[in-house]
Amino acid sequence: MAGTAGTVADLIAAEDVLLFVNAAVTSTGQREFHSGAGEQRLSLAFLHEYVRINYRPLYAAVLALDINDHNAARIVVDLLRTADEATSAQKRSEGRLIAARLAALPPQRVYRVFRALRTAGVNNRRTRAIQRDWLAARPDLGHDAVKYRSGLKTVARHAHQPLGSELGNFLFRPGKTARYADARLDAYRRARYEQGAIYELPFTVAEGFAAKHGVPRALFLERIAPRMTRLERLRTQRSTGMPTDLTAMPLTRLALFVLSLSRQERHARRTELTGALRAAAARVAGPHAGGWGRVSAVLDDSYSSSGSGVKRRRPLAVALGAHFLLEALAGSYRAHWLSGGSDALLVRPWGPSPLGTRVLDALEDSPDRLVIVSDGWDNAPPGLAGEVLRIWRTRLDGERRTSVVHLNPVYDADAFDVRRLAPSVPTAGVRDAEDLAALVEIAQFAEGRTGLPELLAYLDRRADAFLTGRGGDER
Amino acid sequence: MNGLDLTGLTVMPSQVWGGVRLVPLVRTEPVPGLRLHHEIYDRAIGEVQVGPRAHYLSYVPHGFIADWSGDGGQQAAYGSRLAPSADGGADCVPVRMHHRLAKRRRSKGVSEQRLRFLPLHLALEGYLALHFGGPSVVWDEWSQQAVRQGLSPRAEAAYAGWQVPGLGQALRIFEIHPGQCGVLVYTADSLAAAFVVPHPDDYRALHPSLIEDLYGELVYQYAHFSGDVPDFEVRIGGERHIRTLADLRLAARGQERNWVQGHDALMSARLLGPSYRFDRVYRMDRFALWRFLPSFSRSEPEQHIGEAICDHRGRVAYLKTFRLSDAQIRRGHLLDRLHDHDWHLDRTAEAMGVSRTQLVRRVEDAGFGSLLKHGAERASAR
Repeated sequence: MAGTAGTVADLIAAEDVLLFVNAAVTSTGQREFHSGAGEQRLSLAFLHEYVRINYRPLYAAVLALDINDHNAARIVVDLLRTADEATSAQKRSEGRLIAARLAALPPQRVYRVFRALRTAGVNNRRTRAIQRDWLAARPDLGHDAVKYRSGLKTVARHAHQPLGSELGNFLFRPGKTARYADARLDAYRRARYEQGAIYELPFTVAEGFAAKHGVPRALFLERIAPRMTRLERLRTQRSTGMPTDLTAMPLTRLALFVLSLSRQERHARRTELTGALRAAAARVAGPHAGGWGRVSAVLDDSYSSSGSGVKRRRPLAVALGAHFLLEALAGSYRAHWLSGGSDALLVRPWGPSPLGTRVLDALEDSPDRLVIVSDGWDNAPPGLAGEVLRIWRTRLDGERRTSVVHLNPVYDADAFDVRRLAPSVPTAGVRDAEDLAALVEIAQFAEGRTGLPELLAYLDRRADAFLTGRGGDER
Repeated sequence: MNGLDLTGLTVMPSQVWGGVRLVPLVRTEPVPGLRLHHEIYDRAIGEVQVGPRAHYLSYVPHGFIADWSGDGGQQAAYGSRLAPSADGGADCVPVRMHHRLAKRRRSKGVSEQRLRFLPLHLALEGYLALHFGGPSVVWDEWSQQAVRQGLSPRAEAAYAGWQVPGLGQALRIFEIHPGQCGVLVYTADSLAAAFVVPHPDDYRALHPSLIEDLYGELVYQYAHFSGDVPDFEVRIGGERHIRTLADLRLAARGQERNWVQGHDALMSARLLGPSYRFDRVYRMDRFALWRFLPSFSRSEPEQHIGEAICDHRGRVAYLKTFRLSDAQIRRGHLLDRLHDHDWHLDRTAEAMGVSRTQLVRRVEDAGFGSLLKHGAERASAR
């Protein structure tokens, strides 16, 4: 479809796909600061359907990009649900992409996908094969049977998967077997009567049994500690007081954790937190560290960056993560927070968004790259940032010495895209600060200077890397 | 005193959500010696004693406390607290008694440097009590009820903030400026309410109270039927002259100044321009609590009633206004003219340039028909 249909159609196709990518990266169908969950879901549902029907191969190829799990799951379900719309060649490539994506998704998400397939009444041979392969690749089905019991049950029943007699008995005929050979299954059986057995179970399952037995929370947390995942340990860290190794955390997760601490605590643990953030950023930057030249950043810490009840402080966490990542990537780096503050560790969502003024401040550093991380709501005064960037481009920097990129962590349900500051500034949606470098690459397509063939080539490249396993674990 | 003096308050760029525009007002430094905080009543329906034998019932979600002790000990209260479960039955509306509209706080028999008043009620009472007593001379045309009880019932309908479409969301996503001490609320780009406090911390604490305040029916209608109002987006013209970053910054500053001037000339002039009749309710040290009424002249399209705390130089430390609807303005105008002429129908009709019959019809149309005796338009002047 590339090239022959005419450039206008090409441009529209490229724009549509980029629109969709931005939405698939940022929106999770949850409440945002400016729009409710209903609007987000409705808007996202329309985009999914529009892109699936009009650009089916591209729709599938998006699975290879760093889109969020919610949208990845949705694409998988939609592709399998509408398999009759695809040619057999398309089905083959879709199948490979789906399998690769399912392998990258967290297991609870995949079980939810399978449940959605069951609800939608999808049970063809290909779907069953995909489910069979995914189950075969699970390292320990006994663990899944205990932790994702109903999920595993659903998929086994729906896809007619034989699970072996013990697992089958555990899931479908509980109480029939006096003793299980698998230690995990047996621990689950015993946990109903025996307090000691609950500490052999995964944390979330054990939590329920602990409550049933009335085990004091502190004692329970202390004894279950070796069974917890890294994230569970971080989540309960406040109540247990157990030190967690922060240096192994991914960057945005870590930023979210830092923002959940009070300012006093952040101040007191400054060296530890800064060290962990720097380490995470350095890991992400990898070989590119220090290679970006002079970088200035405008980072949004206005009140709207507090996100919503379900995505608490997410936009601010992305900005904080981006701050440390850019620091690692840049040769020389300067940050401009909207509040005017200079201490990144103590940021809080507070006050208006004078984006225009801060962009002016940042341009005064005469950087090689200007990165703006903001939800795009510019209100003090409205539209100044767009005007400043427009005049900068047309009057002051015609030779493009400075490249400007706007990264937006919030999906705007009304506009079916992330909010832009100016038409001349490439904008990309961002969910994790880790993806920043890849997004800067994709943002250049949004500028309209590169067309559909380049975008298709880029998607092909990403899909190849994803399928061969080189790109899948970058995030 | 005959006008509002908002010296010291600077207008910042507006924030728009749907049909609601919120314009922040920022003070460079807070008013010294006065703090405001609010107390929340667990019963939103209150009975207020306004005179020895006069009470009224109204929606009173919270009261404000003006504190001019200046010792800083009394800080702004936190936004909300858990109220104990209502002990009244579910089938009746519990009522809270408020003694007086403005009342000095006492603690163990000693009066404190603190005053409790019910926001907007001063102003509304001022409007409702416009010639509270009714006719001052017993003219034949007025019924016994008018002579004995005055203008009764004194009732005005209003909408709570959460009933005004879009206002709740606009207030929720509004980004408060550092140093912000006030806000102007516009619906469909017509001024709905002004709210000013002495200290930024007070504003931060009282910002959510705007959702519980009273708004006139016009505000509700404008918010309901207006579409989205346009954001005043910056447009930098004359790009040919911009050669350096400094030029660009200058142009941006110019745009900010333009907004302030444009706002003051276009939008807030209708609040600050007209003269008001001020009525002092309470004096506290250097400050005084006033309520004000507009002129009720037919030529001014927007009229606000309200209350203000001003310092000794007349600068506003606290301000809250209520936008009157056209019908309310007409009623005020009519009562005003009647009062001017001692409630004499013929003289009033002559002064207004209408016939006696027309005046009587207007009195009836304004909802005051029960005050007139039957056949008042035919009774001859004495």
